[in-house]
Amino acid sequence: MILRPFVAFGLFSIALVSIAVFAGGCRRSSDPNAVKILNVSYDPTRELYEEFNRVFAEHWARQSGQTLDVRMSHGGSGKQARSVIDGLEADVVTLALAYDVDAIRRKAGLMPKDWQSRLPNNSAPYTSTIVFLVRKGNPRGIKDWNDLVKPDVSVITPNPKTSGGARWNYLAAWGYMLKRELGDLSKLHDPKSADAVAKANEKAKEFVKEIFQHVKVLDTGARGSTMTFVQRGIGDVLLAWENEAFLSIHELGPDKFEIVVPSISILAEPSVAVVDKVAERHGTRAVAEAYLKHLYSSEGQTLAAKHYYRPRNAEGVPEEYMKRFPKVKLFTVREVFGGWEKAQAEHFNDGGVFDQIYKP
Amino acid sequence: MKHTENIRCRAAAATTESRWVRWLLIGVSLTFLGLFLAMPLAAVFAQALSRGWAMYVRSLGDSDALSAIRLTLLVALIAVPVNTVFGVAAAWAIAKFQFFGKSVLITLIDLPYSVSPVISGMVLVLLFGRQGWLGPWLEARGIHVVFAVSGIVLATLFVTFPFVARELIPLMQAQGTEEEEAARLLGASGWQTFRRVTLPNIKWGLLYGVILCNARAMGEFGAVSVVSGHIRGETNTMPLHVEVLYNEYNTTAAFAVASLLALLALVTLVLKSVLQWKTGEQLTPEEQGYTGD
Repeated sequence: MILRPFVAFGLFSIALVSIAVFAGGCRRSSDPNAVKILNVSYDPTRELYEEFNRVFAEHWARQSGQTLDVRMSHGGSGKQARSVIDGLEADVVTLALAYDVDAIRRKAGLMPKDWQSRLPNNSAPYTSTIVFLVRKGNPRGIKDWNDLVKPDVSVITPNPKTSGGARWNYLAAWGYMLKRELGDLSKLHDPKSADAVAKANEKAKEFVKEIFQHVKVLDTGARGSTMTFVQRGIGDVLLAWENEAFLSIHELGPDKFEIVVPSISILAEPSVAVVDKVAERHGTRAVAEAYLKHLYSSEGQTLAAKHYYRPRNAEGVPEEYMKRFPKVKLFTVREVFGGWEKAQAEHFNDGGVFDQIYKP
Repeated sequence: MKHTENIRCRAAAATTESRWVRWLLIGVSLTFLGLFLAMPLAAVFAQALSRGWAMYVRSLGDSDALSAIRLTLLVALIAVPVNTVFGVAAAWAIAKFQFFGKSVLITLIDLPYSVSPVISGMVLVLLFGRQGWLGPWLEARGIHVVFAVSGIVLATLFVTFPFVARELIPLMQAQGTEEEEAARLLGASGWQTFRRVTLPNIKWGLLYGVILCNARAMGEFGAVSVVSGHIRGETNTMPLHVEVLYNEYNTTAAFAVASLLALLALVTLVLKSVLQWKTGEQLTPEEQGYTGD
């Protein structure tokens, strides 16, 4: 008797919630026959894939008659790779660097060793680079990498231990110093100039160490760093993905920030791959492959450019998008550091160069 | 009028502190509450409505937001009843009986309190993930636990495990076993004893435990974040969706969802107060111990 109000209360809340859960609006994919694939990606690609998924679904419907539902998961590149290794059911991955895709192959064996050569351009359909985002009017007069170590300049970059973007920042700065010391990066592969190369590497190590002495806040991911610089107003210069820098200006106003392009930077190649074992189990291999291939089509390349990624093939991409990208000398990880595997082992693993030069 | 005055006088006399000490304490508490509770809450709603009602409604009507709301409610709908039943059973066993391993049970119940939620999530990945102990076995049978709704439910169950039990154990221990013993002597069955004697005695504690459990189930971030996989419109709960929106420069929408989350918590508290107020008067005789039929 006494409990009646309580029982009523309990039943009432359960009923209320059940209605909300089971009757609350339509589900996202109303078509039960829709083919579903999951694209596991990194942080700054949200806007790109939101549009690309729509475009590709139409393309696929025309081609095969199937309704396609592409689902997305975003997060830090390294973390996303970890999730796929631990069982996140990704049909395709579109991550920040080849090293993270390769981690999926090494740790979980979900794709063959030659995954990177299965698609053109090292499986990187669009590229980006590292630029500087500074406050409007560039009050500190930052023009190139060596301006980062001017007294009183404070630099914002994420932590290379946890962030893919930060590793690109670090290697770009290193490459700049090698280029300045050697004059020509091809000397790196010339056995005759081994002494000069060793000396230049020593110089580069000092330089990168000095840059990190100017770093005020070391966030764990690229988006976190952007928020620190843009929303919290900390620091004079943000080392950022070119697309991320453009996006900040687009979202928060060209009256607050401007982009500075250094004399030389690194060619960042975000890699894409079909996760073979998962796609085979889902029976989605054909659509997953077509999805990634479509990124290379002129439609895909145009969308990449629209969302501030540098397309591989400018043919068919409207001029208004292409003129956004300033000409800049770019070097690759392969040509300067001998590939990601090597760069990772030498610079970012425990006890590597970064651990030696950075003491928090 | 006279009556209330009388009570007020007695209340004043019951404390020995001087008038200004009392005012100081009240002032300090109110300022503190204002600064740390009311102001942030107001800020959330102000941000959420900063671009007007239309934008607010549109943010909440977005299909990803709706699915996050639905998932959060579903998780609470499963976690709260399960942990309520478990909590009552555990508290009943611990408070009313003596048995071997009781202290171990108490410690185990406290475990989710003391372990960081991130670790709770990682444990699930370690057990059920592709590289985990049970992962390959589950995968061969096409069962997905982590990075799916079931993983989120499990993580929430684990994290909200102690709330009801912890609320009830001290209460039941303080009440002792006399009333139950009397009921048994008068011929009541076990179930009758529980329903007619124990349950009425613990109802407020139980309700409070359920509310806390529900609040945590809807608000949990750490453990759920680890096992969610962040698939938009599928495995994002409301707290995760708030973070996603915030990182997308979509501040207004982020705070709109956050305000809804806050609102859900407020509604539960208001419901509880209404219930307390409504039943309070009728039940006074019973509360004093006249548990006649």
